Amino acid sequence: MQNLTLLDGQKFQITIQRLCHQLIENHNDFSESVIIGIQPRGIYLAKRITDELHRLLPKASITHGNLDITFFRDDIRTNKDLPPASSTKIDFMIEDKRVILVDDVLWTGRTIRAALDALLAFGRPRKVELLVLVDRRFSRQLPIEPDYIGMQVDSVDSQKVIVCWEETDKKDQITLISGK
Amino acid sequence: MADQHPKLSTKHLLGIKDLTPGDIQLIFETADNFKDVLNRPIKKVPSLRDITIANIFFENSTRTKLSFELAEKRLSADVISFAASSSSVSKGETLIDTVNNILAMKVDMVVMRHPHAGAGLFLSKHVDAQIINAGDGAHEHPTQALLDAFSIREKYGEVTGKKVAIIGDILHSRVALSNILCLQKLGAEVMVCGPTTLIPKHINSLGVKVEHDLFKALNWCDVANMLRIQLERQEMRYFPSLREYSMLYGLNKQILDSLDKEITVMHPGPINRGVEITSDVADSNQSIILDQVENGVAIRMAVLYLLAGYRS
Repeated sequence: MQNLTLLDGQKFQITIQRLCHQLIENHNDFSESVIIGIQPRGIYLAKRITDELHRLLPKASITHGNLDITFFRDDIRTNKDLPPASSTKIDFMIEDKRVILVDDVLWTGRTIRAALDALLAFGRPRKVELLVLVDRRFSRQLPIEPDYIGMQVDSVDSQKVIVCWEETDKKDQITLISGK
Repeated sequence: MADQHPKLSTKHLLGIKDLTPGDIQLIFETADNFKDVLNRPIKKVPSLRDITIANIFFENSTRTKLSFELAEKRLSADVISFAASSSSVSKGETLIDTVNNILAMKVDMVVMRHPHAGAGLFLSKHVDAQIINAGDGAHEHPTQALLDAFSIREKYGEVTGKKVAIIGDILHSRVALSNILCLQKLGAEVMVCGPTTLIPKHINSLGVKVEHDLFKALNWCDVANMLRIQLERQEMRYFPSLREYSMLYGLNKQILDSLDKEITVMHPGPINRGVEITSDVADSNQSIILDQVENGVAIRMAVLYLLAGYRS
């Protein structure tokens, strides 16, 4: 097994700050926008983004929630490992809001497809945007593209991209894992 | 780093006997999430949209049948329902033939209630579909036990260490056996209480306390699960009269108020008001009977969902 660190330390922080500045360009004071992290790994990025936005815009009130997509997956019957469900916490209306979906890694696009489905149970947003920390480009199985990208990675199917977080793994790091 | 993916250890749900404590915890955690789904404006998820489920009821049922049907529909499964009274069973068809004919229509799962103990196990050995036991004779009723334990967990935060008294017709009750097994696997203490004639012999081999005095049982327990007298299963008289049973084993407000502590009252339904429980107790704020019914849908969704994802 070979591990290659793609991003860590200060560059990791700068990437998150850049994403926040890009969001501010499009969303002004976030009064019409909500940030929704996708369970299980997108919630840490959503939290980081929200905290950073609070720092940058102390007066703005920024709404953020978590969305679990387990029950909306299209591979419940075929996937070898059925992932456990996590909690959804959306205690606000998304009707007519601009939703920013947040996930750590965008790969095949199937998680985002499920997230779009899951989101409908909470209303009809005016617009849905997608923010990802890592875009594993050229590996999409569905016509889904991110609006905000932390970094782009060229990888093959057998490789894995893992994002570690200070909160759970004691360090912020993006790693590309090759081989078994 | 990789997420642990816990799964059920069994392909069918035939009884609590086959479940591990880990299975039960997994069902509870999944049911928590489904309960959340059920409180949303749109109470439906597409998880089982490629699955067809047959509900086969060879015995009458209101709650369990509706609860299973609703759980299946909330999961977007295709559902066919069948009641034995209106079927070819009355024309002499065997159980395997009936079920195989249903399976020939490409059914993935069968939810079955049957008056004979072991019917689910028998079927699971002879057909390809996954079987969920919705009550087999006086043997097991696993989803009822799961939702009862889930309701206790919801009320007290955990089941471990709780004292639960199951009171009434233990002999003819499938709810009693499943509840005893489920509660014990979760670390609760269980007592059964009822007239000698309605307590099975050798039940203490299951590790439960036996008590014949209602007041003592209520004073011991945190939760009282009241069972109905199953007159339809009784071939002989087990007690002189319903009135006498009610006087000795019926739960009323007076006896509940005379206890030192506030206990929680449960009932799997259907209630015979005025026999095993009076109306003022059934409708009091100590009763979680309707919470049980609500939790039933979430528990059944969790069971169906996890079984659909079962991999051998």
